[in-house]
Amino acid sequence: MRSVIDVPDLSLSELDALMDTAEDIIARPDDYADACRRKKLATLFFEPSTRTRLSFEAAMYELGGNVLSVTGAGTSSAAKGESVADTVKTVSCYADLIAMRHPKEGAALVAARNASVPVINAGDGGHCHPTQTLADLLTIRREKGRLGNLTVGLCGDLKFGRTVHSLIGALSRYEGLSFILISPEELKVPSYVKNDHLKKNGIPYQQTTSLEEAIGGLDILYMTRVQRERFFNEEDYLRLRDSYILTPEKLKKARPDLCVMHPLPRVNEISVAVDEDPRACYFKQVLNGKYMRMALILMLLKEAGKL
Amino acid sequence: MNVDSIRDGIVIDHISAGCGMKLYRLLGLEALEVPVAMITHVASEKRGRKDIIKIDADIPVDFNVIGYVDPGATVNIIRNGELREKKQIDMPEMLVNVISCKNPRCISSCEQELEQVFRLANREKKEYRCIYCETKAAGL
Repeated sequence: MRSVIDVPDLSLSELDALMDTAEDIIARPDDYADACRRKKLATLFFEPSTRTRLSFEAAMYELGGNVLSVTGAGTSSAAKGESVADTVKTVSCYADLIAMRHPKEGAALVAARNASVPVINAGDGGHCHPTQTLADLLTIRREKGRLGNLTVGLCGDLKFGRTVHSLIGALSRYEGLSFILISPEELKVPSYVKNDHLKKNGIPYQQTTSLEEAIGGLDILYMTRVQRERFFNEEDYLRLRDSYILTPEKLKKARPDLCVMHPLPRVNEISVAVDEDPRACYFKQVLNGKYMRMALILMLLKEAGKL
Repeated sequence: MNVDSIRDGIVIDHISAGCGMKLYRLLGLEALEVPVAMITHVASEKRGRKDIIKIDADIPVDFNVIGYVDPGATVNIIRNGELREKKQIDMPEMLVNVISCKNPRCISSCEQELEQVFRLANREKKEYRCIYCETKAAGL
């Protein structure tokens, strides 16, 4: 049974096909309005999530399907100590597809190995969140018309941010990419990510601490949150936090066709005033996430012989 | 020092000096009620010094454990006092229930009866990673 635990589970041609389907859904939504009629998606969310769960549920409803929902470990059998394996074996009896978020890393793999229906990883702790990366890829393709030959700036917490690592991995499979990694010294991209993706594939990259210096050369600026708890002292946090706030002033140095992205939620790292700038794409990213989840649901249900 | 020859059993030879006890523990030999000899820091032409484990019983041994601890070790299968087979051990691609993931956020830390599985991620560095959370295996 095919499941999607991480982005590398999907080949480049499958990624292209998913994006093509998503584009087709955007262009002709009525054609898909009954595509999953009488099919059920179980959304098992064992830790808090608003956007991702709603996105999955909206995706299934827009395909004409139904949703069975579990939110919070406290309201499910997990609170009684049931294993992930037993939970998904049970839910497989009710649903045609499972989207699961779980606080433990690797929980999605355990679910996929035990479920008799496809499982989509909707986030397993700090490990993987593949559908966020799918949203990112579609956003870049729609905004720039391509996924290669781009200079991508990643800014903020590049050490702990799973979306950043996943995006680097996904984009490293395309031609002509270069990266500018913008972060405080304390939050640089881990060496294993650089070794496994950038160095291994001969992809050029620069590391800098200055957003202002880097912003003028970028096609994409992917902002992430600098989190207070990552710092040993408050002084360092406050000093660094403010240098990574994107403002209309800083955007003056950017290209007119820059695409500003953020996996959300933001706290203060993008000024609200930037929302009005046509280069702000983070809410489009949210919408693209729903379309990619629709495309993924369709792909997995077809492969499972359920459509 | 004399250790008697064995009749039916296994000799794990050419173990890197100092690794014998780790292998002894990971193979669970301390729980066996059969004669086991652990010889450490024996002179070796190839390696300078080596450890040797002799098990005087026909018992199943997990060769993956040997490959994980010391891929340079050799295994000699002895039958009727004679060498029946000599095995060169390689690093296993997967390790199942040999070592445990130390990441407290890993699903393997709480899921009931879940196998502990590590995959060989980098042969040159002898690096194994948990298949669930990708955490690197702690050194021996």
